[in-house]
Amino acid sequence: MSKPIHTKYEMIKYLRKEALPTALCPGCGGGTVLNAFANAVDQLKIDPRDLVVVSGIGCSAWIASPYFLADTLHTTHGRAIAFATGVKVGLPDKKVVVISGDGDLAGIGGNHLLHAARRNIDITVILVNNFIYGMTGGQVAPTTPFGAITTTTPYRNIEHPLKIAETVASAGASYVARWTTFHVYQLIESIKKALATKGFSLVEVVSQCPVQFGRRNKMKTPAEMLRWFSRNAVPISKAKSMSPEELEGKIIIGEFVSKEKPEFTEELNRLIDEVAQYYGLGGEDAD
Amino acid sequence: MRYPFPVGDADFIQGDEAIARAAILAGCRFYAGYPITPASEIFEAMSLYMPLVDGVSIQMEDEIGSIAAVIGASWAGAKAMTATSGPGFSLMMENLGYAIMTETPLVLVNVQRSGPSTGQPTLAAQGDLMQAIWGTHGDHSLIVLTPATVQEAFDMTIRAFNLAEKYRTPVILLTDAEVGHMRERVYAPHPDELELVYRKLPANEEEAKYPFGDIHGDLVPPMPIFGKGYRTYVTGLTHDERGRPKTVDAEIHERLVKRIVGKIENNKKDIIDYETYGLEDADIAIVSFGIVARSAMRAVKELRKEGINAGLLKLNVLWPFDFELIEKIAENVERIYVAEMNLGQLYHMVKEGANGKAKVELISRIGGEVHTPGEIVERIKRDLR
Repeated sequence: MSKPIHTKYEMIKYLRKEALPTALCPGCGGGTVLNAFANAVDQLKIDPRDLVVVSGIGCSAWIASPYFLADTLHTTHGRAIAFATGVKVGLPDKKVVVISGDGDLAGIGGNHLLHAARRNIDITVILVNNFIYGMTGGQVAPTTPFGAITTTTPYRNIEHPLKIAETVASAGASYVARWTTFHVYQLIESIKKALATKGFSLVEVVSQCPVQFGRRNKMKTPAEMLRWFSRNAVPISKAKSMSPEELEGKIIIGEFVSKEKPEFTEELNRLIDEVAQYYGLGGEDAD
Repeated sequence: MRYPFPVGDADFIQGDEAIARAAILAGCRFYAGYPITPASEIFEAMSLYMPLVDGVSIQMEDEIGSIAAVIGASWAGAKAMTATSGPGFSLMMENLGYAIMTETPLVLVNVQRSGPSTGQPTLAAQGDLMQAIWGTHGDHSLIVLTPATVQEAFDMTIRAFNLAEKYRTPVILLTDAEVGHMRERVYAPHPDELELVYRKLPANEEEAKYPFGDIHGDLVPPMPIFGKGYRTYVTGLTHDERGRPKTVDAEIHERLVKRIVGKIENNKKDIIDYETYGLEDADIAIVSFGIVARSAMRAVKELRKEGINAGLLKLNVLWPFDFELIEKIAENVERIYVAEMNLGQLYHMVKEGANGKAKVELISRIGGEVHTPGEIVERIKRDLR
């Protein structure tokens, strides 16, 4: 007699159970990202009470809100990082994490992404890149591959995709990595590193949307999309010796940046101390 | 606590500077802004003063980010403010609605300039009145205060923070380039003289479970701010009392939005503020606000000297609006004049309030110049001839 298999999902303790099941489609990569994030939090033994999760609008914004059980701010479209900036400055001792999609963070909210990286504020951004505006029905995104079919590029996409990880790295972030939902263990390790980084960190997760992207681009099933990730992923070390032509259509994975840099809220507090000291020494009592 | 400016004393300062100082006295410790004429002086003053009072002033990448950061800081527990003018005010509209929907206390200062679009950046206007009240989409309510003097700009900034905290709502301080850039004598009270309001926090874990529930029967839920271990969920989606998204339930939506509107409407008496002069025996009433009300006041005095019984209603709060007060005035006068620096915005609200009981006329002025008292006097005398 074979015993019935009982599986207990350990990470459920980090989720708002009453909000489950998720609104994500079957086969969506969002669940993998949520699982990876929960595992990273668990392995680092971070108390979720010390986390504030901020998200924007779109499918990927729903990965964390409402499902992840922490203080959660589900904001307007594209603005999650700007909201998170206020939260982080107000609560510098908490870990502030933004989880949202490519259209949200790199499309409409691209400006905030660049400037938060430049400021090097201690926020961890998990940017889920599924190449498409999923929730609204599969419209072209700033990340959609050249030539891909979407509902607003029904003939073919004539624009070139933004390289998010590379862009954020050059904007000045402390930590930048890219993985796919196929590379789950590397992804968890990277999220852990990002959370531990003092400064702006970005983990771009290339994720599958079989419903809005895959089925219009010859990858009907989640498995086909994951196979595509696995076959086209090129480690950054290898990519360095490849020509632009060879890299066409490839997904470069790995760590792009990992460095120590002065962090924004620490600089703010240092400034306040300096000014207070100077004022205390030189100024008269203003009262 | 020491302040980097005189308190319990008078000073001769700009309206913008007065707003910055008052905000700090009101307990504001987070400011996020983006440069824009004629509001930049508020930002510059905040940048200078904030580090001296253990506060933060940061420059965001745009006005959308500024109000977003302010909302984030407010949920982190800080009293927070941003200031802008027309173009930036337009950019803030979406997140203003988010602040209303999530019942986030904040103060948004609009130092109005002449629009539309880039318009006349250095010149005053009152063209954003309707936008301040109705600019964000969907059914909503909020509070709009409007000062006529630099002292009022100071006092109303403190009041704006108090009302924001009391009612868990964004409050707009709607001023203009004239008041913002004008220098006048301002008395800044000593902090001991001030009555400051702080948002209601949950008394216990149980109360914290209802960030959007009318658990005290006053329509204003305690605010389970972040970082206290409550694991609050906040969303701009329609949500139930516990904050959970409920986007297709008509009853939940109606209950939420009606409470948000109701907490302002039901407290009109507490919020509304105005001044009158000579209305008791007036045949002609002038309704005005902000910088124009000062010209209107002078006009009333001159008209009275010439034997015309004029009176003034100077509004200090533009929303919520006292339609009943206007109707009462309309019952006792022959004609109401609305003097404002736009093509007629307050005019429509006054007309609705007057309810046909008196003729309502608009004295409009645009282009960046304030009505002179003489212009108002002449217009009224011409009509009377």
